[in-house]
Amino acid sequence: MAAFTLTINNEKHEVDVTPDTPLLWVLRDHLNMPGTKFGCGIAQCGACTVHLDGNAIRSCSLPVSAVGDSEVTTIEGLSEEGDHPVQQAWLEHDVPQCGYCQAGQIMSAAALLKQNPDPSDEEIESAMSGNLCRCGTYLRIRKAIKTAAKS
Amino acid sequence: MGSAKTSMGRRSFLKTMAMGGGGLMVGFSWMSALASDSDIENLPDEMFDINAYIQIAPDGTVTILSPNPEIGQNVKTSMPLIVAEELDVDWEQVKVEQAPLNTSKYTRQLAGGSQSIRQGWDSLRMAGATARYLLVAAAAKKWGVNVNNLSTADGVITNKNTGDTIGYGEVASEAVNIPVPEEVPLKNPDDFKLIGKYIKNVDGKEIVTGKPLFGLDFTREGMAIAMIKHPPSFGMKMKSFDATEAKSMPGIYDVFTINTSIGEPQWSDVNAFHELVVVTGETTWQVKKAKDALKVEWETTGDLENSADHTRKLREAITDRTGEVQRKDGTPETVAESAARVVERTYTAPFLAHNTLEPMNFFADVSSDRAELIGPIQTPEQLRGSASQLLGIPESNIMVDMTRMGGGFGRRLYGNFGLEAAAISKKIGGPVKLIYTREDDMTQGTYRPAYAINYKASLDDNGNLQSFQAKGAGIPSSPLFANRYPAGAVDHYSSENVGVETNITTGAWRAPRSNFTAAAEQSFIDELAEVAGKDPIDFRLELFDRAMKNPVGEDNDYDAERYAGVLKLVREKSNWDKEMPGVYRGVAAYYCHNSYVAQVVDLVKDGDSHRIQKVWCAVDCGIVVNREGAINQVEGGIVDGLGHALYSRLTFDNGTPDQDNFNDYRLIRNPEAPQEIEVFFVDSDVHPTGLGEPPLPPVMAAMANALYKATGQRYYNQPLMVAEQEMATRES
Repeated sequence: MAAFTLTINNEKHEVDVTPDTPLLWVLRDHLNMPGTKFGCGIAQCGACTVHLDGNAIRSCSLPVSAVGDSEVTTIEGLSEEGDHPVQQAWLEHDVPQCGYCQAGQIMSAAALLKQNPDPSDEEIESAMSGNLCRCGTYLRIRKAIKTAAKS
Repeated sequence: MGSAKTSMGRRSFLKTMAMGGGGLMVGFSWMSALASDSDIENLPDEMFDINAYIQIAPDGTVTILSPNPEIGQNVKTSMPLIVAEELDVDWEQVKVEQAPLNTSKYTRQLAGGSQSIRQGWDSLRMAGATARYLLVAAAAKKWGVNVNNLSTADGVITNKNTGDTIGYGEVASEAVNIPVPEEVPLKNPDDFKLIGKYIKNVDGKEIVTGKPLFGLDFTREGMAIAMIKHPPSFGMKMKSFDATEAKSMPGIYDVFTINTSIGEPQWSDVNAFHELVVVTGETTWQVKKAKDALKVEWETTGDLENSADHTRKLREAITDRTGEVQRKDGTPETVAESAARVVERTYTAPFLAHNTLEPMNFFADVSSDRAELIGPIQTPEQLRGSASQLLGIPESNIMVDMTRMGGGFGRRLYGNFGLEAAAISKKIGGPVKLIYTREDDMTQGTYRPAYAINYKASLDDNGNLQSFQAKGAGIPSSPLFANRYPAGAVDHYSSENVGVETNITTGAWRAPRSNFTAAAEQSFIDELAEVAGKDPIDFRLELFDRAMKNPVGEDNDYDAERYAGVLKLVREKSNWDKEMPGVYRGVAAYYCHNSYVAQVVDLVKDGDSHRIQKVWCAVDCGIVVNREGAINQVEGGIVDGLGHALYSRLTFDNGTPDQDNFNDYRLIRNPEAPQEIEVFFVDSDVHPTGLGEPPLPPVMAAMANALYKATGQRYYNQPLMVAEQEMATRES
């Protein structure tokens, strides 16, 4: 066990865990932030996507020891009131079916738009290719990203 | 205005009762008036009742409990919407809550067979209408006027003569004293304000803000985390284990075995691995690492099956074995012998895993005489029954709560994970959450069976279908439906089934059996149309015309007019008859789970490959309850069907699944989905039917038929994008 100080959603958190513990499980089991989902554990499905210094990363495959001083943003911290343009666009397009992958999808989309405010269709598809949606809401995800880009 | 009887059979009841605080509660529970249907594959006949629960508080707040499990099919929005329509309330003022399992208040709390809306329609309308009747009668009594002078809108009752108004909440406490009438008036569908509109998911905001809605998110003070280790192969069981290292690891509470065998398994108790090694501990990561450190010895107790053997056995079943003839009209063999043209083709598909994105998990808190089970389950009532057997606790002392589910697709009909959690909790004597890793989930499944279908058909000189023979084989059983199209549309017809034994566990997977029969049949019909020299839609419509005017046999399980209707609609909307240079088009139509779907897939060249430019989809599901949710279901079904037909398969090597995570099990991803999907509903006032499954099956064939146009190759073996291991086909 070792102590780590993490900056998550602009707040400092102390955790005492083994250094190889993935950030995902630190969030879910130690910090009561279950919005970030477990899907595969090997960075193949994107359900666990969070931002590390603004970049979308798969928290299931990032050991807590590798986080360092980087700023972590989770779905809980994406916006104060759940009104980030991407979240609003997701509601406008009624994207979710089961909803399980959507926090990860939203985090990937928000990171994309931060770096590329007006992405092309190809850029959207490419940026979102790491996020599986088993219900098949991909078309609505693309449309919501277009809408969010305009706002 | 129609009306509905408030009582529909011996198990019916309707009761009103006062809430604390003086509001109204209306409970209802009926056997559905609808007969069960042969289309409800692999599921028991008793599942199709429905029920719900309305609460109206004095301040006018309306709470509608949604009785059925939510797996992404959006019933948590659409079922309460039907109640709200007849209740005549403002949807914005309705709160929806998931009901727990309660068989004294509700029946048939089950997600399966695309039946929630179809079976719930009458009962849900009646529930809303009855509550509205009682509220209006209470207002009439209060004002001393006739009910005919009163009207309702948005939860407010208006005296048409005086203009006086009163809210539902203000008369709710008095409504409980009004006797429930024999019949209540129902709205004319022309007066619907909510049904048929675009209504958004009631859990949308919670989903996009990451609220803990799912089973995996459930937590309780003092709860242990558990993982299981199951045998690596079908045909193996545990021999012994060494937990020395695992037990010494940080955060680990214990390592032990459980056995989930029960005396009288139900249909939902499909499970190959009853004896399991369990690791419990403080946190998920600690338990996962200890699980990986376990040393377990396994022993072989049965066949260790291989995919190569499966392929061979399916081929032998088709070519060498005589099956069970399910239906025979005329003399198809004789006709084929002397026909002008005979076409024979064989189609195959592999095992598939469900791969819900939320892996299997369940919470259990079991004491000596009570149990609490909470998690994602499509069959809460069946889980309770099996848990009662396993734990030796009466059902009345077992509470089951359904969380929102991160996908179902049929996997969560089979609640082995719930039983496992219960067994673990009993052993440790405290609360526990069992979590499957993705690898556990993919390698301990109730898979879609592997299938093969052989078709042989003959045509006369004018390209008319003379005979049609279908022979289906499956591991473990054939997917064919004997009375489906083109049965009834051809004089000489037969359908024959052959089964192949296996120890690999299989079960219902989204649109069971149809998820392959549509792909095979509608690809074959496309090839027949080509041999006949006819447009593929014309060829199909000719057969429907025959089935309408002069059907063969009496057991045909489809309505040929509605079937033809969706084909005509998709033909019109997609401009099928217009040349579209550079666009390669395939069509298919299918009927399953009581709804009709026709699709056209448009492919365009994209470098060396092709991309799906658009899927046009016509649907006849009767009245569309929630247009937003309905379109979403159709889009999802299309993407799901395309993905599995093109990319997905589960193969076996000595009983071990070759794929155990998404690095080797390929699912469709965002860039591979169609650029556009456009959905057209047949305008209908017919009783609504389900949409969770019907859009999936036909798109597999529409895709294969479009690929043929684009490549000149016919695709007979799924997944279509994997190197073909074609079974013998011949044409004469």
